[in-house]
Amino acid sequence: MNPIQSLIRNLANQYGRSRENLLPVMQGVIQQEKFLSEYSMIEIAREMDIPAAEVFGTATFYSFLETKPAGKYIIRVCKTITCAMKGKNQLLFAIQDMLKIKVGETSPDKRFTLLETNCLGWCHKAPAMLVNDEVYTEVSPERVREILTKYMNENN
Amino acid sequence: MDNKLNITINGLPVKLEKGKTILEAAEKTGIKIPTLCYHKDLCVAGNCRVCVVEVVGQKRLSAACATPCEEGMEILTNSLKVRNSRKHIIELLLAEHNADCTKCYRNGNCELQELASEYKIMTQDFIELTPLKNYTIDMFSPSIIKDDSKCIRCQRCVRTCAELQGVNALTVAYKGDRMKITTFFEKALNDVVCTNCGQCVNHCPTGALVEKNYIEEVWEAISDPNKHVVVQTAPAVRVGLGEEMGMKPGERVTGKMVAALKRLGFDSVLDTDFTADLTIVEEGTELLTRLKKAIVEKNTEIKLPMITSCSPGWIKYIEHLYPDNLGNLSTCKSPQQMFGALVKTYYAKARNLAPENIVSVSIMPCTAKKFEAHRPEMHDSGYRDVDYVLTTRELAILIKQAGLDFDKLEPARFDRLMGDSTGAGVIFGATGGVMEAALRTAYELVTGREVPFENLNIMPVRGIEGVKKASIKIENPLKEWAFLDGVELKCAVAHGLVNAKIIMEAVKTGEADFHFIEIMACPGGCLGGGGQPIPTNPEIRKKRAEAIYAEDSGLPLRKSHENPEVQKLYKDFLIEPLGEISHHLLHTNYTKRERF
Amino acid sequence: MAYSYQLKRVDFIFRNENDWEKVLSATIKKKPEELINELISSELKGRGGAGFPTGLKWKLTAESKAPEKYVICNADEGEPGTFKDREILSKVPYKVLTAMAVCGYVTGAKQGFIYLRGEYKFLEAELYKAIDEFQYYCKEIDLDFKIKIFMGSGAYICGEETALMESMEGRRGEPRNKPPFPTQAGYMGVPTVINNVETLVHTWTIFKYGAKKFYDLGVQYSRGTKLFSVSGDTPKPGIYELELGMSLQDFVYEFGDGDTKAVQVGGASGFLVPRKKFKDTAIGYEGKLVGISLPTGGSMMLFNSSRSMFNVLDNYLEFFREECCGQCTPCRVGCQQLLLGIKAVKRGEKPASYLNKLLKLTETMQLTAKCGLGQSVANSFSSIVENFREEMIY
Repeated sequence: MNPIQSLIRNLANQYGRSRENLLPVMQGVIQQEKFLSEYSMIEIAREMDIPAAEVFGTATFYSFLETKPAGKYIIRVCKTITCAMKGKNQLLFAIQDMLKIKVGETSPDKRFTLLETNCLGWCHKAPAMLVNDEVYTEVSPERVREILTKYMNENN
Repeated sequence: MDNKLNITINGLPVKLEKGKTILEAAEKTGIKIPTLCYHKDLCVAGNCRVCVVEVVGQKRLSAACATPCEEGMEILTNSLKVRNSRKHIIELLLAEHNADCTKCYRNGNCELQELASEYKIMTQDFIELTPLKNYTIDMFSPSIIKDDSKCIRCQRCVRTCAELQGVNALTVAYKGDRMKITTFFEKALNDVVCTNCGQCVNHCPTGALVEKNYIEEVWEAISDPNKHVVVQTAPAVRVGLGEEMGMKPGERVTGKMVAALKRLGFDSVLDTDFTADLTIVEEGTELLTRLKKAIVEKNTEIKLPMITSCSPGWIKYIEHLYPDNLGNLSTCKSPQQMFGALVKTYYAKARNLAPENIVSVSIMPCTAKKFEAHRPEMHDSGYRDVDYVLTTRELAILIKQAGLDFDKLEPARFDRLMGDSTGAGVIFGATGGVMEAALRTAYELVTGREVPFENLNIMPVRGIEGVKKASIKIENPLKEWAFLDGVELKCAVAHGLVNAKIIMEAVKTGEADFHFIEIMACPGGCLGGGGQPIPTNPEIRKKRAEAIYAEDSGLPLRKSHENPEVQKLYKDFLIEPLGEISHHLLHTNYTKRERF
Repeated sequence: MAYSYQLKRVDFIFRNENDWEKVLSATIKKKPEELINELISSELKGRGGAGFPTGLKWKLTAESKAPEKYVICNADEGEPGTFKDREILSKVPYKVLTAMAVCGYVTGAKQGFIYLRGEYKFLEAELYKAIDEFQYYCKEIDLDFKIKIFMGSGAYICGEETALMESMEGRRGEPRNKPPFPTQAGYMGVPTVINNVETLVHTWTIFKYGAKKFYDLGVQYSRGTKLFSVSGDTPKPGIYELELGMSLQDFVYEFGDGDTKAVQVGGASGFLVPRKKFKDTAIGYEGKLVGISLPTGGSMMLFNSSRSMFNVLDNYLEFFREECCGQCTPCRVGCQQLLLGIKAVKRGEKPASYLNKLLKLTETMQLTAKCGLGQSVANSFSSIVENFREEMIY
């Protein structure tokens, strides 16, 4: 059994194999792999006995269940109203400038993926962004450089 | 008040049973409410919103298909509010739909087009969305073309694929404006578990899913003076074609169909029923041989139950989903492919034709047959056994293009060789038909007596139930079948792949103790096939089934082994069932495929 | 006049109370009917935005006969401008858990779920700690009620109760046809109470302090307090608990920056109120007390005169276009048309009169969309286009 298969087997053992456990299992794969590959989805389908097309259809409904290859750190910048009003674009420019990637892209070293997302629920502390599950609020262009530098310097 | 309730629709009082929806109540009252996502074969989705009606006192409109009637409801189906909203919704759908109707395969038989025409949508104020999306057309399958630019997201195909067929090749993916109907990882239909059954095509209200047509190819062959074009027609076509020609469901048009095919210019108009009869002889012998090996020789290699192999949708399904059970399948080719193999060998020889100059066309109620004819192994004649497969709908197009007045055609008879059939061949078109035909022959072969059912009608295997079971006890068999004495021959019949799944799960676990199983991919059997006229629904299937059984009753010969042409075929060519030649031409093997 | 429209700050929800064990054991000593009556007499309405009477919801579920029932706490707080539920779950989780258990006791449910939006995953670990402690106490007092967290994965529409249940069942979060309502057939097809996080905390207040205490706050039709998520052009963004029934004028006086041009009440799916209507607008549920009365899940976004209302609407519509589930025609195609339509008018590709066609379209969406999302897109669209038409036109 390869690592993905055993990851999925373990998740299925942990949560169960009936349909209502599909999201937790997919979230578990995301947690480790950052995205759901074609292969992961087939293995989930096999393990949980759900049609592969349904796994795909369900996964693509949820913004956090990435189906495209993603980096180790997924940056999600909130683009909804208050964040847009309070400098989201400046934040994005700073990130793009620093990482040399555009929204939707992953850095060549596979460390960062930059995405926009809808309301994160931090409108009173806009602009906000997520790096994986970590929240950063009132992020100025200066602060985002500090934050990302921290991630860049982290060991693999 | 017990279990009835009272409502009014457009002021008319209606009394009806509890639990009925507004749509059902309106239908009962003779008021048509337009629908798109609704289909009698499928669960209620309530997502197109075309069927909205006003319930007096409620702020919002209700979807008639999804709203149960309640006591005292006052329903308005044509108020200004309803009309305006409905018109808006149709306009929205048109804005999302590639409405280039004149270039559409479904032009003239499209539910959206009909609605647009009914509501006289003359302008397009909304912004067209199709140019903004990167739609591609999936044309890789030999059976089905999927064009997303015509899709209105009613999800009828997705529900069909899941609920009727249990295949789940199609799914809804993404959300919001990106939401679309697609397959696993947006692959081509040819690269996923799709069985090519075409039920999605039959249930699609627009031209988003259509059969791949071979109309021009066939015209070209007919017009080529150097080609001898042979056509075979499947049993279910003769009870469906009439609908395409403007007749009521259930009309039998065998004679007119044959006449039309002759007028179209086919050189020889023959009958797939002939090879249906042949299939029974081969398959019946195969079954008895398997039983003998299993019971007498105790050969544990022999796979029982034996399962029919006529339905190419079913074959692709089992190859994908139950690859370990391929040994249970009869090795018999489907009647279409037996026919194809014989046309370019036996028929060519008898008619003194060079097989390379024969073009073999078949008219099928089926889209999976197109894929089947494309299978690389179907070249046993040394040529492609069946060159072109047309659906019932495509045949109707040929007839219309040729300008034939179908109604006025004098009925004609099939040509000979390979044009003779018995009632047993005809009932192949209905669920349970192969089983019934097989039992008529096998029982007689084993006991020397006719099956013990009134007028040879084996009622337990007929009808619309998804899974049917029957058994016949064999008593006093002929000497060579003595080992079957007292054996209760157990049979099962399933139609619609979702029912096939039920049976196959039982076969897989070994809890099914059947000897013989008939499985047809489509609901109702071939008469409800994916290539049959649109619409097809439970009522229409019932009508077509009645026509099939009426056709059977009306024929002088009703047992496959009595077909004189089949007898002649064995005498002149095949020598014996399961013999070397039939093994080469009439039997096949199967391919294991991926489930995911 | 019995009504005062002055802003009244209250402190119930975040009041630091360490007596949840006592409240729980005392409450479940009462009869379920007694508790339901208490809730009904408090006139508490759902705080997620829809405003369904909570007591009635519990009553209907309690009356549904079924061997299994569920309680779901809807923490899929996704409405732009709303962030109160996150604060509740991080500051006073025990109140939520207690209320869920009481609801279970009242309705006969033994299992509760918290559907937590994926964006709040950082709360999960802390919340599980609280649940563990809570569960331990439940065992001590022999209360058979379990709570699990179900994580969302980034889908605004899953805040719609039936979409949330579809999501919990492992499917696409597409709203269901209603009826049946969740009180009859909810999660896994069994009777289910689904309440917003804040609603549950209000039941805590009611059970602890009595319905009268709650009822005496607020105004007719809109009893009690409400958490407001204040954001936008304001010197003091944050979360505030206020009595219902205040006038928008008073609100702006308190939270505005002196240059408030408009306030969006109820998030992207709510209404935009221009300055000239502040005085005549009250914050509360239906039942006209003064001018118009606007219900809200608590989102209050302020815009000053530097903001373009075109951009605001553009942002909302893009949000809806992406976040609607896509299953029903009026919403899926409607949202795209509205967004493309205002852009086309702005660019001069469509005449200003095209806005009227779009306004009619929102009427149809309101009448025919399958769920609350599609029905409420009309709110922000019409209130912005009608009040700031000049900003929409080239």
